[in-house]
Amino acid sequence: MISVASAASAAYIVAALLFILALDGLSHHETSKVGNTFGIAGMTLALGATIALAIDRDIEGSGIALLVVAMIIGAAIGLWRARVGEMTGMPELIAMLHSFVGLAAVLVGWNGYLQVERHPHGVEATHLDALSTLGIHHAEVFIGVFVGAVTFTGSIIAFLKLSARMKSKPLMLPGKNLLNLGALVVFVALTVWFCIHPQLWLLVVVTVLALLLGLHLVASIGGGDMPVVVSMLNSYSGWAAAASGFLLENDLLIVTGALVGSSGAFLSYIMCQAMNRSFLSVIAGGFGIEAGPASEADLGTHRETTVDEVAELLSSASSVVIAPGYGMAVAQAQYGVADLTKALRDKGKQVRFAIHPVAGRLPGHMNVLLAEAKVPYDIVLEMDEINDDFTDTDVVLVIGANDTVNPAAAEDPGSPIAGMPVLRVWEAADVVVFKRSMASGYAGVPNPLFYRDNTAMLFGDAKDQVTAVLGGVR
Amino acid sequence: MRIGIVKEAEPGETRVAATPSTVGQLLKLGYDVVVEPGAGVRAGFADEGYDEAGAVLSDPLDAEIVLGVNALSASQLDRLRPGTTVVGILAPRTSPALVEDLASRPITALALDAAPRISRAQSLDVLSSMANIAGYRAVVEAAHVFGRFFTGQVTAAGKVPPAKVLVCGAGVAGLAAIGTAGSLGAVVRATDPRPEVADQVASLGGEYLSIEDPEAEVSATGYAKEMGDDYKAREAQLYADQCADVDIIITTALIPGRPAPRLITADMVASMRPGSVIVDMAAGAGGNVEGSKAGEVVTTGGGVTIIGYTDLAGRLPAQASQLYGTNLVNLLKLLTPGKDGVLVLDEDDVVQRSIEVVRDGELRWPPPPVQVSAAPTPAAAAATPVVKEEKTPLTPGRRLGMVLIAAAVLFILLAISPAALTVHLTVFALAIVIGYYVIRNVHHALHTPLMSVTNAISGIIVVGALLQIGQHNTAITVVSFVAILVASINVFGGFAVTRRMLSMFARS
Repeated sequence: MISVASAASAAYIVAALLFILALDGLSHHETSKVGNTFGIAGMTLALGATIALAIDRDIEGSGIALLVVAMIIGAAIGLWRARVGEMTGMPELIAMLHSFVGLAAVLVGWNGYLQVERHPHGVEATHLDALSTLGIHHAEVFIGVFVGAVTFTGSIIAFLKLSARMKSKPLMLPGKNLLNLGALVVFVALTVWFCIHPQLWLLVVVTVLALLLGLHLVASIGGGDMPVVVSMLNSYSGWAAAASGFLLENDLLIVTGALVGSSGAFLSYIMCQAMNRSFLSVIAGGFGIEAGPASEADLGTHRETTVDEVAELLSSASSVVIAPGYGMAVAQAQYGVADLTKALRDKGKQVRFAIHPVAGRLPGHMNVLLAEAKVPYDIVLEMDEINDDFTDTDVVLVIGANDTVNPAAAEDPGSPIAGMPVLRVWEAADVVVFKRSMASGYAGVPNPLFYRDNTAMLFGDAKDQVTAVLGGVR
Repeated sequence: MRIGIVKEAEPGETRVAATPSTVGQLLKLGYDVVVEPGAGVRAGFADEGYDEAGAVLSDPLDAEIVLGVNALSASQLDRLRPGTTVVGILAPRTSPALVEDLASRPITALALDAAPRISRAQSLDVLSSMANIAGYRAVVEAAHVFGRFFTGQVTAAGKVPPAKVLVCGAGVAGLAAIGTAGSLGAVVRATDPRPEVADQVASLGGEYLSIEDPEAEVSATGYAKEMGDDYKAREAQLYADQCADVDIIITTALIPGRPAPRLITADMVASMRPGSVIVDMAAGAGGNVEGSKAGEVVTTGGGVTIIGYTDLAGRLPAQASQLYGTNLVNLLKLLTPGKDGVLVLDEDDVVQRSIEVVRDGELRWPPPPVQVSAAPTPAAAAATPVVKEEKTPLTPGRRLGMVLIAAAVLFILLAISPAALTVHLTVFALAIVIGYYVIRNVHHALHTPLMSVTNAISGIIVVGALLQIGQHNTAITVVSFVAILVASINVFGGFAVTRRMLSMFARS
């Protein structure tokens, strides 16, 4: 016999499967749109089932109204942000969205407390006690609030850093690792305490503690590690959802949370590998402080070039590789780059893009920007696909990239970024670096590429310069 | 200013300091070029070629800048005008008499071969460009004397095994030799005290023979150093083994300012098969091979030919002149910042300072040492001693052990948890595994859409708030309201932005 509750459970399982299909669909360009549709379908199903379930559990009339109002407001804000957000601002937007999940997890956790622990002899508490899971429930509330709060403040800091409202320099408090570890130890102790004596003030303390920990964790991570941070926060937001799932005994939340959590963790791991950095040391913060801001080492002089020379160089080249970086995003140069690509391709030249795994501030950031500017994705190659082709390349245009093309990583074992896989652009016949000035990249490491004999520097705003070069090529 | 190109005074010298094509480049820098009649004849460049390129055929010693391959002879130096700048391969480290003589004159002398081995100076590194040619020529000389094919062949007239070539020292000359011998079809092996060159050897098709070395040699100057006794014993053993096996040996081991190290002893030479060939490229500096004679070809009683030519680069005069001429052009580019034909020496530039032997009659040799590797700044190094842990791949045993420990911990956790929780934990664990496998296949370019979609999905937390709202408790309702609102932003925003992004990906 179908009851609302059993129908909802069935819907949850179907929704969970749809989410898995959604993630699977996103593995390839061809299936990615279908994947997203699966995700939307799953979400619709889950929300519909939940609302039906809520109504079945005799929700107040005002409750339904509030529910609908909240969802409409949320949907309006969400759709509006998604519509107007710049593609270059994608990292900020995603970081901000993560913070919402964190906040929601904190609120759900608090609600769990208000529903159960607040009334130790209430219906719910007695029910749980009968199942002997009351103690577990205490722990779940606590863990859910903790993970949610860390995600919340961590994402806010990430958002502020990514949108340049806050300095991206890592915060260096004395004994920062001890602070992080200490916070974790205190958390465990408080959890045990709370399980024995669930008290409101403990929950307040852990919320504040977690908020501070989130702040500190992300504040002490340098801007160059932001791709890792964003995917890590993605993972946290998943764990937060999973924790809420345990709290509410809702398998859909658990499954979805675990999916997101493990996928985020795996993504962070890929990012760390791309930077040859241990996962733990990035999470614990501090990369980017290893090098002094200015180097006294004599790297020689750089050679400046002009727009006309670059245009001439491109006109005589037969194969061109473009290595974009965060600077292209900042200057909004992707459209100019796309036009330049088209102009060169129309002249029968081979043009390809070399994307470093951590270029930009978000995994895959450059791909999204180039796609926005209608660069065909089959000429956008990742590092491993193109790194061996640089020797046969006539001209490499480095646009707003720095650390990801730094030969010191490959050649100088003393360099702070030693061992990080980089695009070997210097193996090409000529390299033109579009750059604002001679400043160091995010990692703060001087870049010997700029001083190589086959490297020429084209200073100025990347967008203007690319447009000017395009004019010269045409 | 005028640049003079002299006809080399040294009898055996075939090279010339400028070719018609480099003359054109010198003219572009704003200089006038004067070429001594007959200067390029031995390198295959006739006077007409220079004339066509825009040079004047006249007395070069009259010019303000005089370019040569070798040092000018005393009689040539006598005829220079005061204030003249002379450039050439002066070997100031090994010829103190020449340095003294130059310093006694009111001229400026630049030794191109003293340029530091830093990446910026690569384009004027004459030692590298000459070593490259010499390495090639060494193989050609060996092939000339060697009575057999380099490449292995199976023909109707029988099977020919490929020649085995050992190259000692994988510097520029060694690498050139490896590449050349390899391209002729030989089996090429190479030795070098610097283990970091193994990749370079492999990239040219050679096999790197490691003299297993506990204390790996990291060279700070870009040149190999002399090694310890223990190392030498292992090295000697390696060479003894190889000599009995290979057909051709090309030695390139040189240490600046020192006699060349003795790598191959007379006993080793004797152990080689008759008809084998050795090219000792260090013969001019004492020789890597016992019994080699500088500038001569010696055949031992055992039928092994030892070639000790010291002018290998000069045996390809047109090529050597072209590369050397380009090195000079690059030097003059550096010295002519205004491209206006005015030579400016910048004392603060480490490259320019390094090649100065004499400046306006004042002795400037030796220059301060230059560190080749761009070391991190001392301050930064002191602030954070970078300790890079060696990552050891997990052995199967350790891997199994870790999995077992994790399994045991999980087992205990699950065993003590109440039955109601076990179901959820099962679901949780399986979902983590699924998430991991699904994500593994995601294309790199789709990471951002993936993230925004997982982000939207994690908005599923709204379900929790939906079930909590309106359950007869104002506080809970208010909190739930906020939770629903923010989570909805996430759900709708996340999916919408993913959609937007995905719609932009298009194939060409």
